[in-house]
Amino acid sequence: MGRSLKTLAFHGVSLILIAVVLYPAVWMIASSFKPSSEIVGNAAIWSENFSFDNFIKAMDGIGGISTLQFFGNSLFLAVASVIGVVFSSTLTAYAFTRINFPGRKFFFTMMVMTLLLPFHVIIIPQYIVFQQVGLVDTYVPLLLGKFLGAEAFFVFLMVQFMRNLPKELDEAARIDGAGHIRIFCSIMLPLMKPSIITASIFAFIWSWNDFLGPLLYLNTPDKYPLPLALRLFVDQTQSSDYGAMIAMSVLALLPVLLFFLIFQRHIVEGVSTQGLKG
Amino acid sequence: MTHTQAPTRRAKSAPPQRNEKLKLRRAESRAGYAFLLPWLLGFFVLTAGPMIASLYLSFTNYNLFEAPKWIGVDNYVNLLSDERFIQSVKVTLTYVVFGTPTKLLAALAIAMLLNSKRRGQGFYRSAFYVPSLIGASVSIAIVWKAMFGDAGPVDQFLSFFGIGLGGWVGNPNMTMPMMILLTVWQFGAPMIIFLAGLKQVPAELYEAAEMDGAGWGRKFASITWPMLSPVIFFNLLMETINAFQVFASAFIISGGTGGPAGSTMFYTLYLYLRGFGDFRMGYASAMAWLLLIVIGIITLIFFKTSDKWVHYSGDEK
Repeated sequence: MGRSLKTLAFHGVSLILIAVVLYPAVWMIASSFKPSSEIVGNAAIWSENFSFDNFIKAMDGIGGISTLQFFGNSLFLAVASVIGVVFSSTLTAYAFTRINFPGRKFFFTMMVMTLLLPFHVIIIPQYIVFQQVGLVDTYVPLLLGKFLGAEAFFVFLMVQFMRNLPKELDEAARIDGAGHIRIFCSIMLPLMKPSIITASIFAFIWSWNDFLGPLLYLNTPDKYPLPLALRLFVDQTQSSDYGAMIAMSVLALLPVLLFFLIFQRHIVEGVSTQGLKG
Repeated sequence: MTHTQAPTRRAKSAPPQRNEKLKLRRAESRAGYAFLLPWLLGFFVLTAGPMIASLYLSFTNYNLFEAPKWIGVDNYVNLLSDERFIQSVKVTLTYVVFGTPTKLLAALAIAMLLNSKRRGQGFYRSAFYVPSLIGASVSIAIVWKAMFGDAGPVDQFLSFFGIGLGGWVGNPNMTMPMMILLTVWQFGAPMIIFLAGLKQVPAELYEAAEMDGAGWGRKFASITWPMLSPVIFFNLLMETINAFQVFASAFIISGGTGGPAGSTMFYTLYLYLRGFGDFRMGYASAMAWLLLIVIGIITLIFFKTSDKWVHYSGDEK
């Protein structure tokens, strides 16, 4: 009896907490279906005037550029980021864990140190370099780092995973005369699948939500990904039109939430074992 | 090479094979650097190079159009008398000092609540994690601004209890609590890490303590806290470093101004405004290096004091 009462209390407390924590998200989704006049001055979730009007307005986009275009830009950047991150982090991790070369320890230490490096220390010179070579207002500055393993988190994730793969596997392949490229492609990559999936999910979400990078490098609106488009939308719409603004915010978050529903287990595992932030 | 060695070893070190071995090692080195090439390029061109460059620039006046002019430590000296800079330091430190511990306490409390073998735990864990996933996005910053604005739901709710504060967004005294609530709301990621740590604590320890009549507080102080201290250390370090770098939410909520009355002028926002608004690249570089030094010192303090309060149990690692 005491036990089931305790269980009841546990679920009761948990559900109340979840209601509080998820209120902003639920309020956002509900508001996206409400007329602007009902969003402000109203803490309630339910409305009798739910409609898709805000979404229709939000899909129109800004300044003659449709929201679909921004979606496409975000998607392109996110997918390219995933490819770049997987390419560079697996190669780098293989070098660090499977090949013996002078300088390995030194560079590994350097890589770990860059884990804690604040991004803001390097943005100014990076910007200057990209500006000098005329690559501002292209996607190159946003993607180059991903292909060159500049996001140490992903390299570290792969190294941790690869370290736990038995060395006997590649040693056996070496005795059979396989070179590093063969071993990397046909032995390591298939075994790395779980960590490649984790890295891909986070690379996608981080790119999707990134604001500072596009803010620095992109000038023409038709190249904007969603976060920048949202900001433009906020600047140009009168702040009273919360409806369309919130509808567009919901649209921008939709892929991330969808990702979470599909890959929940991978994401939670990635956070708990690798300390990856959301 | 002596006669006492096993025949196989002697054969390996005989001159022709030795050459072979050297060749092999060279091939290994080449392969190593070939695989490392993308990262090496990124490290030198995108990380180490820019770091040195920004250190140099921090001693110059540079506006992107004329050549950098060496001015010594002037940028650093000027920072000390720059009121907006001092304001940004105050804002950021307040945010770090109050926001991070609150967030971690919430994370720990809810992790302890969830750490049981009851059904539904997985669902709760995922639900609590959602804000961490979306919290730093522009979308949520917009929603936050609407929620805490004049007559927004937060104001409505508080007015119901007779605590009418009006909109938080336009009130310089309330923007900091609003920003701290936004970071505390994202307690899910450290909570998941705490949960993973709690699962590692052997249940026998609690059972033994209960037999000795230990109460809840005693169990927490003598078992949970010390056993969890490596995880607490990790979370505290990472969350502190991240808190220094908050940008998008402050930018969107204040419309890129750091207002009202400089109350959301976070360090990174001011750095951005100086570097990319006024094109004072040298000045912004000095700010970037100060940030790096402060984060470096904090990391060092964390590691230096860790042996006093972080316990690594002997049988693990």
